[in-house]
Amino acid sequence: MPRHPLCGAAAIAGLGITAQGKVYGQSALDFAVEAVSLALADAGLERSDLDGLLLNAGLAWQDFGMGSFQLQQAMGLRNLRLSSNMSLGGATAGAMIQHAIEAVASGRAHAVACVFSDATLKPPRPSGERTSSGSAYGFSRGWEAAYGFFGVIAMYALVAQRHMHRFGTTQDHLGAVAVAQRKWANLNPQAQLHDQPLTLAEYHASRWVVEPFHLYDCCLVSNGGLAVVVTTAERARDLRRPPVYVRGMAQGHLGGDPLETLSSGAVLCAGPAFRMAGLTLADVDVVQLYDCYTFTVIVCLEDYGFCAKGEGGPYAAEHLTGPGGLLALNTGGGQLSSFYMWGMTPVSEAVIQLRGDGGQRQVAKHDVALVSGNGGVLSTHSTLLLAREAGA
Amino acid sequence: MSGEKPASGSPRDTVAPGGRPLPQISAEMAPFFEAARRQQLVVQRCRGCGVLRFPARDRCSACLAREADWAPVSGRGTVFSFAVMHQIYHPGFASEVPYAVVLVALEEGPRMVSNVVGCPPGEIRVGMPLEVVFETVTPEVTLPKFRVAGG
Repeated sequence: MPRHPLCGAAAIAGLGITAQGKVYGQSALDFAVEAVSLALADAGLERSDLDGLLLNAGLAWQDFGMGSFQLQQAMGLRNLRLSSNMSLGGATAGAMIQHAIEAVASGRAHAVACVFSDATLKPPRPSGERTSSGSAYGFSRGWEAAYGFFGVIAMYALVAQRHMHRFGTTQDHLGAVAVAQRKWANLNPQAQLHDQPLTLAEYHASRWVVEPFHLYDCCLVSNGGLAVVVTTAERARDLRRPPVYVRGMAQGHLGGDPLETLSSGAVLCAGPAFRMAGLTLADVDVVQLYDCYTFTVIVCLEDYGFCAKGEGGPYAAEHLTGPGGLLALNTGGGQLSSFYMWGMTPVSEAVIQLRGDGGQRQVAKHDVALVSGNGGVLSTHSTLLLAREAGA
Repeated sequence: MSGEKPASGSPRDTVAPGGRPLPQISAEMAPFFEAARRQQLVVQRCRGCGVLRFPARDRCSACLAREADWAPVSGRGTVFSFAVMHQIYHPGFASEVPYAVVLVALEEGPRMVSNVVGCPPGEIRVGMPLEVVFETVTPEVTLPKFRVAGG
């Protein structure tokens, strides 16, 4: 089969991660400026080298029309040839990088920054009154409010409950994902829950949010920013850090009702992304699956073909996805235990692992990474296959 | 509306006596609540292709027709899925948690978010047979809910 023209044509050359979590006093725009600056410095590039800017605006950007232009002005960027706000929820990070690759491969732009930032967390009130960090996500409020149905967590809970009914997925299976990722976070000094071990018993004892989801089935909420710089493979080889080549990519948006399919768009992405990369699942060393909930990880393990449909729960539990286990999965702790930068969290951890920058959590063999992004309620999906080699 | 403004929560909410939010009824959903006041459960029926759907939409995603009627349904169904709400998202539910929200698969096909009355959340199971009941919340607002059939 002839090599796909975009396979290995572009690379992630810079990574910028701001402080994450309960970081106050900065706006979403501030975090975006800082993240892009850090990514440029990491790549050894100047602001004047940048000619593309793609933004995934987090919830705190709500009133900013044309956010990528706002960011351009805030950073004093001139003469951009690519600029857009992109909005596919947690699939946006992968989708931004895909657009950036196509732009640099076609010569339309040369260096494109892709950035996510958010600042929804507010400082604790002096009175000690509890502010719900999740309130920004509780936006289901039409007629259904009369029935007490609120928020994205409840929407996912309905899908998870159906998966449990249909396939026998258990609370222990969900818990296994949470515990394994926490063990990774315990090895990641940048993780918000780095200092907090978690046992399966503690998982079961943690408070319910919306059953079947305990507190530790749900991702964190983080203030912060995260950016990558995408450029051509050729240019990336001359820059400061080793290139992380993009070998395969795909998007898949199933439509219809996730309660029927019990699947993510990964079922559409896996084939094309691996074919483009000239790789198979067996070539993947580290796996970074979008984890808004433990349940999402289980579904995506199925949909990428790590196991058959419905077997994601037992697979996660038996394959020991924590440090030293059989599958290096969400090795920074993921959004459950490290930080929640939507799809940028899995992208960033893949870059860290492929570069060999993982410190205590570094995976021994780290040539190929699978990265997923998922938005809405299993509504949108993006896939990246990243590698240390551009491929033959 | 006879509702009063809640002490906290969204300023858009109007609440029933007891503090629970009244449904925010869009023009599309109004016939559903009008029928409920008459103790009738209805779903939308596309005038283009006849497909039954719920909740209301202004366009059929199957045939793209804009025109639709409302059709009475049996009120029988089963629990398709459910979620037990423990977190308080609205002050009106502070004394209700934990409570279950169910997704009812109606015999006729469409699925409907609702509650099961008279059944503790821990006893709800997927597949459980249900039948509609009507809960009068205010003189203007009646909510279709469900109870365990034959229970």
